[in-house]
Amino acid sequence: MAKGRVSIVVERCKACGFCVEFCPSHVLALSSAFNSKGYHPPHVVHPEKCSGCDLCGMYCPDFAIAGGKVDQSGLPVKKADAAQGGKK
Amino acid sequence: MKADSEAATLPKTGRHTADPRGVLTGIHFIDGDHACCEGALAAGCRCAAGYPITPSTEVVERFASRVPTVGGTFIQMEDELAASITLQGMVWAGAKAFTVTSGPGFSLMMEHIGYAAMTETPCVFVDVQRGGPSTGLPTLPAQADMMQARWGSHGDYEVIALCPNSPQECFDLTIKAFNLAEEYRVPVMFMMDEVVGHMSEKVVIPPADQIEVVPRKHTHKSVEDYLPYGTNGDQVPEMAHAGEGYNFHVTGLTHDERGYPNMTLPVQNKLVRRLQSKILDAVDRITMTEEEQIEGADVVVVSYGITSRVAQRAIEVARERGLRVGKLRLITAWPFPEKKIRDLAAKVKAFVVPELNLGQMVREVERAAGGQAKTFAVSHAGGGVHNPEEILKVIVEASRCQTI
Amino acid sequence: MSDDLVTDILNPVEPFLRSDRVPHIWCPGCGIGTTVNSFARALIDSNIDLGSLALVSGIGCTGRVAGYVKLDSFHTTHGRAIPFATGLKLANPKLNVVVYSGDGDLSAIGGNHLIHAARRNIDLKVICVNNLIYAMTGGQTAPTTPDHSTTSTNPYGVFEASFNLPHLVEAAGAVYVARWTTFHVRQLSRAISEAFQKKGFSFIEVISPCPTLYQRRNKMGDGLDAMKYYKEKSRVRHGAPTSEVGMTMTGEIIVGKFVDRERPDYQTMMRSQYAESLGERFVEQTEMVCS
Repeated sequence: MAKGRVSIVVERCKACGFCVEFCPSHVLALSSAFNSKGYHPPHVVHPEKCSGCDLCGMYCPDFAIAGGKVDQSGLPVKKADAAQGGKK
Repeated sequence: MKADSEAATLPKTGRHTADPRGVLTGIHFIDGDHACCEGALAAGCRCAAGYPITPSTEVVERFASRVPTVGGTFIQMEDELAASITLQGMVWAGAKAFTVTSGPGFSLMMEHIGYAAMTETPCVFVDVQRGGPSTGLPTLPAQADMMQARWGSHGDYEVIALCPNSPQECFDLTIKAFNLAEEYRVPVMFMMDEVVGHMSEKVVIPPADQIEVVPRKHTHKSVEDYLPYGTNGDQVPEMAHAGEGYNFHVTGLTHDERGYPNMTLPVQNKLVRRLQSKILDAVDRITMTEEEQIEGADVVVVSYGITSRVAQRAIEVARERGLRVGKLRLITAWPFPEKKIRDLAAKVKAFVVPELNLGQMVREVERAAGGQAKTFAVSHAGGGVHNPEEILKVIVEASRCQTI
Repeated sequence: MSDDLVTDILNPVEPFLRSDRVPHIWCPGCGIGTTVNSFARALIDSNIDLGSLALVSGIGCTGRVAGYVKLDSFHTTHGRAIPFATGLKLANPKLNVVVYSGDGDLSAIGGNHLIHAARRNIDLKVICVNNLIYAMTGGQTAPTTPDHSTTSTNPYGVFEASFNLPHLVEAAGAVYVARWTTFHVRQLSRAISEAFQKKGFSFIEVISPCPTLYQRRNKMGDGLDAMKYYKEKSRVRHGAPTSEVGMTMTGEIIVGKFVDRERPDYQTMMRSQYAESLGERFVEQTEMVCS
């Protein structure tokens, strides 16, 4: 069971390749599909290796991908401060 | 050191009057620069950013000395480019703010005057005019920045410009300048000149409750409903300040009602025309003039600033000689009172426009007159004031000219 | 692969974005968006009160950050973010003011304001995204462009020495000076958090790729190639003398926290001076009540 999962916002992606390159577990690869702007967004090729470290999310300049940890049933582990986005 | 934490109490009438802590009530013998500083304080201005330039420096020197005793901040920035935008940061943080300069500094500030117009930042720019162009005559008067006050920055925008002709007016009209800035969310140009700035006269500063002050047009809308550049029929949007949780965006790029850049023709059209019409539609309410013996006049002398006082002498002598001379003093130079001049032009023979420049506001008079009356300039290259005889000579010439 | 915004894994940057303006205008492989991720995480980690945060930017690609973040944000004129930010801070000392702008904006046209704000130690957090070029206007030489690079205004190669920004701002008086690259996402975030804890002029330079202009014109590949270069050629040297951290076109990039010192900030010194000179007559500036 994977420790993490990513979610990808396909329409924001510009296929820069940062997430593919810097994922420590090589979970991602650029797909052959196109988004509406003509870019190849990434897709998950090794979901079982995802640790939910969110390095992909930190690198993505287009805010198009995020990774997070999931529990044994596959649901995201809630991080309270992340959900609120800091104190308002 | 004492912390002063009480806000100015609003009177029960709902009229906003000056905070007494900033009002130096009394009878003073001070020059225009000093009176302007007191006017700013009386208007509720507690922040300024400046850069020294003769003959304006005394305004901020006095402000630097006064403001730590009334609660506020003055900072001398590294140049006018900085001063002219630091004051706008002060405004967006919640303060009333101004800066003070003369010709060369005014030129440097032009980009930011345009930024204030575009972002609708209420603020005051004081220009104590001196001889130009370039370094020119730092210690001597001129009135040659009048067109620059209106057209100095790039693009289409409107400003308001006031011309005091005495230290008393430097006090009174500075308050008016701040009030107009708040009412119309526009940068106001306070066009003094070196003589008015450096001459000392009696200045009466009334009690604070006799000074009317226009507060910031702050929104009462919720964060969800507030649109930074939305107008509900009224052409002036409501403002919010940084740090209040509105999360608004301000940009000098062409923007829509959300404040977001939207660089399309329709948005440009709507925005820029509103920036113009919010001032021009209100020209009758904004314009202030001083008129005397206009009825039945053959010649009307149109003047402003220190020149209006020299012209007064010339007008008196002309009247002693039996000429029918009216006086129209521009207290507001911009927006220009076109309609007033156009209506007058149908009734008089000629306008005489003395100015300490080679012909600036006279062009507006001529344009507005539309050929219905003749226009005579009494130009001056700057560096001193006119001799009343110079103006009288032209009044006499104008009286003799053939009616159109 | 999901088509729409999948809401089960939340991107921590999302609450800070004006989502109605995304996708943004930055090029594929541009690093500015990456710096925004680090910035967002720093905001979360430092527990900053977002209601009292203001972000000011100048003109340029990095200047567009102001338009994408959901904060009180000001997109000002070219080179003048720092004086505008100074005005905000002076009139409302409770504001946390961040200046987020590019190398050309801050060190060329804005250079004078940069050194004076550092000298005065105005309490500002300056994030300088350095892509070594004037990107927005099409790739002209910036004061930071390494020599021998090709730009549109030096088509035969730059022959001027380039600024060593950490050295410049340290000499001018900054109390916190760090440099990272867009490869160093976590360290950058930590540096921004540290700057938030610091009172005084803090300057964080972030080396970032400009694939369309700098990389392409100099035949250095794309944004990903730049990121790999940063990974390979960066050397972390905390406390390195800033005189030694100048950059060249193909050499090492020294990164780290170079300066972290204590000096009273402008407003502290101002209050103390007034109190000393005026005694009881000093009236401290209150919150601006302007309504």
